[in-house]
Amino acid sequence: MSELTHQQHDHAHGHEHHHDDTEITVFGFWTYLMSDLILFTSLFIAFAVLHPHVADGPSAKDLFGETLDYVLIETFLLLISSFTFGLAMLASYKQKKQQVIGWLIVTFLFGAGFVGMEINEFSHLVHEGYGPDRSAFLSSFFSLVGTHGLHVSSGLIWMTLLIVQISKFGLTTNVTRRLACLSLFWHFLDIVWILVFSVVYLLGVSS
Amino acid sequence: MDMLLGKLSWAAIPTDPIVLVTMAAMALGGIAVFGALTYFKLWGYLWKEWFTTIDHKKIGIMYVIVSMIMLLRGFADAIMMRLQLALAAGGGEGYLHPQHYDQIFTAHGVIMIFFVAMGLVVALMNIVVPLQIGARDVAFPMLNNVSFWLFVAGAGFVMISLVLGEFAATGWLAYPPLSGIEFSPGVGVDYYIWALQISGLGTLLTGVNFFVTIMKMRAPGMTLMKMPIFTWTALCTAILIIAVFPVLTGTLAMLTADRYLGMHFFTNEAGGSPMLYINLIWTWGHPEVYILVLPAFGVFSEVVATFSRKPLFGYKSMVYATVSITVLSFLVWLHHFFTMGAGPSVNAFFGIMTMVIAIPTGVKIFSWLFTMYKGRIRFTVPMLWTMGFLVTFTIGGMTGVLLAVPPADFVVHNSLFLIAHFHNVIIGGVVFGMFAGLTYWFPKMFGFTLNETWGRRSFWFWLTGFYFAFMPLYVLGFMGMTRRLNTYNNPAWDPYLNVAFFGAVLIALGILCTLIQIAVSIRDRKQNADVTGDPWDGRTLEWATSSPAPYYNFAHTPHVHEIDAFWEDKQAGRAYRKPAGYAPIHMPKNRVEGIVLAFFISAFGFAMVWHIWWLAAGGLLASIATFIALTFNTDVDYHIQPDEVEKVENERYAQLENAKGRG
Repeated sequence: MSELTHQQHDHAHGHEHHHDDTEITVFGFWTYLMSDLILFTSLFIAFAVLHPHVADGPSAKDLFGETLDYVLIETFLLLISSFTFGLAMLASYKQKKQQVIGWLIVTFLFGAGFVGMEINEFSHLVHEGYGPDRSAFLSSFFSLVGTHGLHVSSGLIWMTLLIVQISKFGLTTNVTRRLACLSLFWHFLDIVWILVFSVVYLLGVSS
Repeated sequence: MDMLLGKLSWAAIPTDPIVLVTMAAMALGGIAVFGALTYFKLWGYLWKEWFTTIDHKKIGIMYVIVSMIMLLRGFADAIMMRLQLALAAGGGEGYLHPQHYDQIFTAHGVIMIFFVAMGLVVALMNIVVPLQIGARDVAFPMLNNVSFWLFVAGAGFVMISLVLGEFAATGWLAYPPLSGIEFSPGVGVDYYIWALQISGLGTLLTGVNFFVTIMKMRAPGMTLMKMPIFTWTALCTAILIIAVFPVLTGTLAMLTADRYLGMHFFTNEAGGSPMLYINLIWTWGHPEVYILVLPAFGVFSEVVATFSRKPLFGYKSMVYATVSITVLSFLVWLHHFFTMGAGPSVNAFFGIMTMVIAIPTGVKIFSWLFTMYKGRIRFTVPMLWTMGFLVTFTIGGMTGVLLAVPPADFVVHNSLFLIAHFHNVIIGGVVFGMFAGLTYWFPKMFGFTLNETWGRRSFWFWLTGFYFAFMPLYVLGFMGMTRRLNTYNNPAWDPYLNVAFFGAVLIALGILCTLIQIAVSIRDRKQNADVTGDPWDGRTLEWATSSPAPYYNFAHTPHVHEIDAFWEDKQAGRAYRKPAGYAPIHMPKNRVEGIVLAFFISAFGFAMVWHIWWLAAGGLLASIATFIALTFNTDVDYHIQPDEVEKVENERYAQLENAKGRG
């Protein structure tokens, strides 16, 4: 049994439209993140299978046994940046435009610090002759950690863009929707990093 | 290597006479189409009404057109292979160079799966799902346009590889180490990689889009357990796409890293593991076949209920069967390589899981049979495809269960028995399903029905052609003939291969009948016009609106209380009731960014294939810039005013009155 709706319903629907739009977009972006998680999963699988395949080169223990502190600092930079992003979101709920921009800039700096440290680590390894073409273990290491790094970097570009859009348009529906998506993205990358830190560095060093 | 052109040079143009003739034909055809479009000044119309459209119905139609063109290409590859094997008896060379033959079977598989079957599945999802759930469009209409153009870009790469360079000669899943840089140093595998990466991105976005559309945009009252079965299968397909396409992306990215950056994921040296690739690619690959076949099951469910004039038998068990298949599809991938040597307990687990899938599939078969039982069946073309499917697919399913027994699989692994099995289920399931769906929903797309006579002819040629082409392959498999051979010297195989070639010719006639059917139907479109929007006495909401549906789909969002909502409306005399008035309708505007974005991404992909680094960087930066630019575009929507809606709807009511008067 179905019936045609009355006009009033369509009107009510029309008023809710923007709210609906945001909800649908955030849900869609969340769904996309779940698929992104599966992309990471395939890289984790490759790492899990290949990390013993060191081909007479260095193992995870050889490479990271002495430098775990360095990675721990990296980890904290990213964790703190997630916290400051949360502060940006709280400011956006209160419609405080300048505060949002301020916290986003702080988040950006922490994020950029993380990427910078990672690039430094990578270039150091390549310089030593332990680049991604040295062994299957190093291929999977560079790809997994590098894919996360690329995600963080695109998050930084996105953040810059949003800072521009917030100053240009203010905290409009469109902009806050994007902010909500970027916030999901940023926390998601945090969770992935916790997995990277645990699986690649902590388990890698202990095995 | 050249800085400007990378690996691209005059030597990239093939000199094989067969390829040259094809190139000339393609060039002439291309010039003819281009000339005609220019002469009739159609470019502006195509650009405004089609290329930049965000209307799911038009995007669906474009998917159909591209997929049908790719079907012709994929079939040309097929019949060339069958002819080669019919000629190359007794160790003869046939007429195809081995390297060329290898590219043909690779291209055939890639095209048929990614650019025909996937294209048609996504086409039907686009055309049908929003209408069936009473929505205005998909959740992200602009993204839908992007997905389509990425699909076209992928198909384009396969076509370009024919005239510039080569295609992969590795088989459709490009197993390493053969597909690694050491054994495939040419651009063939690179074309393969970028065609699949770019179209795969489009498919992933489609999956997200339809998942959100179905979860969030159903008409009020349509709970999950009141959704039409086709929408259910589309939902499960969308979930599978979201869950497994990232694995394909990741796996191909690792292969890319091996080929471009000298990494060692899948190489033979430095600890690489080719077996890892085969596991990963099949964790995508097996669910992929369910991505294709579930929507076909959905089509059959709609067709069988409509043409038996009965509600589907066992709606709930059909839903649970669909969901079980979705879940089980993740647990069977290893049956593609029982011979790898994972050991008896692992093989036994995957063998049993594979056999378990036959249970929900069997439930479905019985649901369809019991729907027909005591129904008032109309033997229309979609119904013929459905019945052809029931018989053919059951045979294919049973040979599949045989292959699921690991010891039996060891005997026929990689033989023509396997080829016969998967063509049995893919042609008998997916292809028949897509043809049934296209014939069934054709009036909804274009406003007139397809010619029945030519449709029947096509069906019978396809059905008999299929049996002639593939039953001999089962026998050949038992006789020990392995797949992908381009020559053989066992005279006992000869007659079977000749019969198989004959079957391919019958299928060619079937395709010809389809083309004639389309031409005849366009000629007779006035007589076959679908004026009511409900030519088959349908049951679901897409038949409640006009054919073709207005761009806003429904003037008022329908309210749903039962499964088969429109049927219930008709029974209660509530269908076609004129509403008191109309409200403004919020609609998205057409967007140019989709096609522009896909263009730059294609430039990037092409540059990557040929190692033209400046163009790759440029294409990538331009895509990012386009993406950023589109977020600054605020002129993206508008409202259709009530008087305009009223005008369109009044025309429809006048047409309905007219039809009633004539009926």
